Amino acid sequence: MVERSPWFDAFCHLMLVLGVAAMCLPLYYAVIAATHSLDDVLRVPMPLTPGKELLNNIQTALAQPDFVRQLINSVILAVGVTVVKIAASFTAAFAVTYFNYRFRALAFWMIFSTLMLPVEVRIVPTYEVAANVFAPLNWLLGGMIEVDLQWNLLNTYTGLIMPLAASATGTFLFRQLFLTVPDELLEAAKLDGAGPVQFARDVLWPISRTNVIALTVILFVYGWNQYLWPMLIITEPSMLTSVVGLAKTLPGVSDSVPHWHTAMASTLLISLAPILVVLVLQRWFVKGLVDAEK
Amino acid sequence: MIKRVHFEGNTWLVTLLLLPQLLVLLVFAILPAFQAIKQSVMMSDPFGQYATFVGLENFKAVLSQPEYLNSVWRTLIFTSASTALSMLAGLAFAVFVDHVIRGKSSYKTLLLWPYAISPVVAGVLWLFLFHPLYGAVALMLRQFGVDWNPLLEGSHAMLLVIVAASWKQVTYNFVFFLASLQAVPKSLIEAAAIDGAGPVRRLFNVVFPLIAPITFFLLVINVVHAFFDAFPIIDSLTKGGPAGATDIMVYRVYYDGFVAQDLGGSSAQSVILMLLVIALTVIQFRYIERKIKYGSK
Repeated sequence: MVERSPWFDAFCHLMLVLGVAAMCLPLYYAVIAATHSLDDVLRVPMPLTPGKELLNNIQTALAQPDFVRQLINSVILAVGVTVVKIAASFTAAFAVTYFNYRFRALAFWMIFSTLMLPVEVRIVPTYEVAANVFAPLNWLLGGMIEVDLQWNLLNTYTGLIMPLAASATGTFLFRQLFLTVPDELLEAAKLDGAGPVQFARDVLWPISRTNVIALTVILFVYGWNQYLWPMLIITEPSMLTSVVGLAKTLPGVSDSVPHWHTAMASTLLISLAPILVVLVLQRWFVKGLVDAEK
Repeated sequence: MIKRVHFEGNTWLVTLLLLPQLLVLLVFAILPAFQAIKQSVMMSDPFGQYATFVGLENFKAVLSQPEYLNSVWRTLIFTSASTALSMLAGLAFAVFVDHVIRGKSSYKTLLLWPYAISPVVAGVLWLFLFHPLYGAVALMLRQFGVDWNPLLEGSHAMLLVIVAASWKQVTYNFVFFLASLQAVPKSLIEAAAIDGAGPVRRLFNVVFPLIAPITFFLLVINVVHAFFDAFPIIDSLTKGGPAGATDIMVYRVYYDGFVAQDLGGSSAQSVILMLLVIALTVIQFRYIERKIKYGSK
């Protein structure tokens, strides 16, 4: 604090209170709607204080077909994307920074060229790959020889997770981290007779710990909140993730009785996990956010 | 770049380390991207059995569609408005939180949680507030004499989508702006204060110029976000409607590819989007290089 300026302080607090209220307004209304019966929710104007129906609405939400199953699917997707991406990124970054071999430059450019390929711009061909993993063989051969192999990933966890884990951001992050690791550490490890695997496991991995936690928070939320890809490749209700499931059961515009009270209860249940992760691991979340874009 | 001290040989181990990442990227990212480029210069029959090379015909067709030109225009409006709104809000929150002492961490926590909300859910929450029949805010607007109806009125729909998308993105900008504000050296602020500059003057003449690089970086990131991450919000709120009023480019790629089944047209649009992302990434990398140069001075 440079000087005391009570008026400016008060102004800042006022703006923050108003701003935070505006930011929290959608969630507040969701909570209110989730605690009332349908009649109350549709009353004009809607009540502004919580009602007593929360448990009822949550029970109704949980009793929707496949609701719990879809929550489990979301956990599998979020954890799957996180684990696959961190594992593949860590080993690949280790390989491109700590080894000298013939195709190093090629591997490096192959990995980092994908930094500019969000899943949305290659959505149609990626879908074709998910429908048959061997499809690229036929693209490459260009019809000279028809390869008749089939491996369908539609409606599977593998098909859900892999394309979302296919990005180089994690590798880039670990590479940047490894480049700052002092050379003396490897020299010392070599003197002690440690091989590459031992060095990665006992030196690099512990050094990366905070970055791994930060990345985990970001990737978990990213995986949990995916929409376009799961919507495309999953057709069985029991394999949907809860975010897509919610979007499919939403009250339509033309619904005679929009069930907003249970829809909002579902919304709260679905958003609980990522909100908890972000708020409980706040410090790592902020670090992860800043790291991931460097 | 390779570490000065490194391992030699170990061919098998290196292969094993690289294989998972290379395989996943090759199969699910690189080859599909090439296929998109290939499809963009091919015309195929509805069953995808026979494809003939047509050169830039697909691009010509796409660029002469009024629907596509409309979506480019809508993307421009959506991207510039939501980027401006979310960056201004993020910056304002960061300045205020940086200034206050009491309640700092509570404000921070209350501003962080929207990041955890899925864009689809964000769409649902805002629709619930702004639904013309029973949305709380919509009813309030009605009382003020505004005939609010995002389901029929294009500009209302666009406004709603912009608000929902910006709301989702504010946290991100807030986190970055706050981090950069806290990195501004206190001595500079004190020097300005001694010269008689008040808090507002210091902000505009000392702090903002210092955080200009991060502002530029956020600008690029926000544009990319608005381009690609808006799909779920559009899909849950308006489905591109009414009458194409919120039909942004990413939504068209999806619609032409999966609903209208126009592979060539959709791929041509994908390639155009890819070129845009590459351009933005190059700009961003040049910025990072410049930042490194400044740092080593």
